[in-house]
Amino acid sequence: MRKRYSGKYVADSKNLYQEVILDHNRKPRNWGGLADATHKSEGVNPLCGDHIHLALRVAGDAVEAISFEGESCAICKASASMMTTAVKGKSRGDAEQLVNEFRDMATGKLDTATTPHHLGRLTVFSGVRDLPTRVKCAILPWHTLHAALNSQATTSTEADADPMHAPVIGV
Amino acid sequence: MTAPLTARQVQPEQVFDVERIRADFPILKLKVNGKPLVFLDNAASSQMPQPVIDRWVKYEASQHANIHRAVHYLSETATAEYEAARRKLHAFINAKEEREVIYTSGATEGINLVAHAWGRKFLGAGDEIILTTLEHHSNIVPWQMVAQEKGAKIRVVPINDRGELLIDEYRKLFNANTKFVGATHVSNALGTITPVRELIDIAHAHGVPILIDGAQAAPHLKVDVQALDCDFYVFSGHKLCGPTGIGVLYGKAALLEQMNPFKGGGDMILSVTFEKTTYAPIPAKFEAGTPPIAAGITLGAAVDYLTNIGMENIAGHETDLLDYATDQVNRLPGVRIIGSAEQKAAVLSFAVEGVHPHDVGTLLNEDGVAIRTGHHCAQPVMQRFKVPATARASFAFYNTMAEVDALVASIKRAQKVFG
Repeated sequence: MRKRYSGKYVADSKNLYQEVILDHNRKPRNWGGLADATHKSEGVNPLCGDHIHLALRVAGDAVEAISFEGESCAICKASASMMTTAVKGKSRGDAEQLVNEFRDMATGKLDTATTPHHLGRLTVFSGVRDLPTRVKCAILPWHTLHAALNSQATTSTEADADPMHAPVIGV
Repeated sequence: MTAPLTARQVQPEQVFDVERIRADFPILKLKVNGKPLVFLDNAASSQMPQPVIDRWVKYEASQHANIHRAVHYLSETATAEYEAARRKLHAFINAKEEREVIYTSGATEGINLVAHAWGRKFLGAGDEIILTTLEHHSNIVPWQMVAQEKGAKIRVVPINDRGELLIDEYRKLFNANTKFVGATHVSNALGTITPVRELIDIAHAHGVPILIDGAQAAPHLKVDVQALDCDFYVFSGHKLCGPTGIGVLYGKAALLEQMNPFKGGGDMILSVTFEKTTYAPIPAKFEAGTPPIAAGITLGAAVDYLTNIGMENIAGHETDLLDYATDQVNRLPGVRIIGSAEQKAAVLSFAVEGVHPHDVGTLLNEDGVAIRTGHHCAQPVMQRFKVPATARASFAFYNTMAEVDALVASIKRAQKVFG
């Protein structure tokens, strides 16, 4: 059972900074640019300065290669790193399905303990739903992937530019 | 007067009893994640002591009514209390006249009021407004909006690597087109106390009015607007142990009288026909509509509370906290303090090598330590120091040395987690 906000603030971040997240932060996978990219997008969270560049090589229906680089907090970087390993080799449809499931998990709409999903180890990020100001850190790479697959050059976690309609957190 | 915090007269220890003061703040007894709350986000909003909470309750329980209108007992009581609070605020900043104290919703609204009511009337194409690199977005954006509308230009005072304004550069920015200056008294992101008196004198030597953003100064040091001789001064109630939604714009009466109203509505008029409206004299001219009466009265109680402790005592204790925290944090390898001005209020911005500020904030929260992380609505400051964000601990008079130790221990733990 996940902890819920109940007047008494219960941060679940002891679970959030699990070793797998710290490891992906220290040694991000698929880090760097992609020479023969077919899809690119840049994701920005203006509230905290998270900023990532994502590059994909899509052949037919498959995400053949994916890489990222940028500057961000550990949650965003680890989320991006694990995202790249999760979607590499997947079809566009499967990648988009992961985008939706990840977003729903992070915003608390999908309880991965009770509902079937395809997120696998990505459930280590489920703790962000108890930390509303950190939700966007985890979701930003997925926004950016969605934007890249839909040939948008840039995306932001804020306002009109937000294709995912994540909850807006005040400055 | 702008005597620097370090030049304070420290009162004997028995006068400033921090544990006795803490007993007034129910929220400080909270536990967060099983740990005692260590609240070090006071620059964002400070906590409310019981006597101030009680004042709000008393108003709602026995004095609630609309003001400046009806002839019945409650309305007259509410009006008298609301105006009594204005007198307290007037005394708190030593304004010359009570009518120079305008209630606003906070510092942001005060600046917007001046930008619209003064700026839109007196600024024209080619005119220049001087602001500083240290400004909060609330003292940048309103001026950009007016500048864009009027074709005016914004000039910016640079800072050095310690986060101090370069006064010689400020002097050089003045020319025949300079029409207004906006400057902060204390930087919210770095804690720098600016040499406001000098900034004001230089502006006046050029015949230019100046607004001082006192949002971060009013809670921490004695403000005397007559001694400063500033033309406008703004601050917010919720950083003064008062409620949100209330604040003050001080303005010199002669300037306020020249200005257009900001908002139209009830309470700001003398007479209305569909052909012509005659505006009320100040301060009513700027106070359209039913104001936050409870918040205003409660802010009066907050000012009483602070005055009873003494702003000099508050500044003294906070400087002790800052000095100790600066020393302790400086001893941590891999931690860099951002902002090392000679004159500083109790704000400690820092960066932990290899750990993003947001991760620092979340990890500290696990230990019950509340700090602010982000750009602090001061992106030009972040750009100047080439950081996307910082972690910021900001102290109030109810914080303790033990809480500084808790902060330091928690930073060490964050480093270990990321080690």
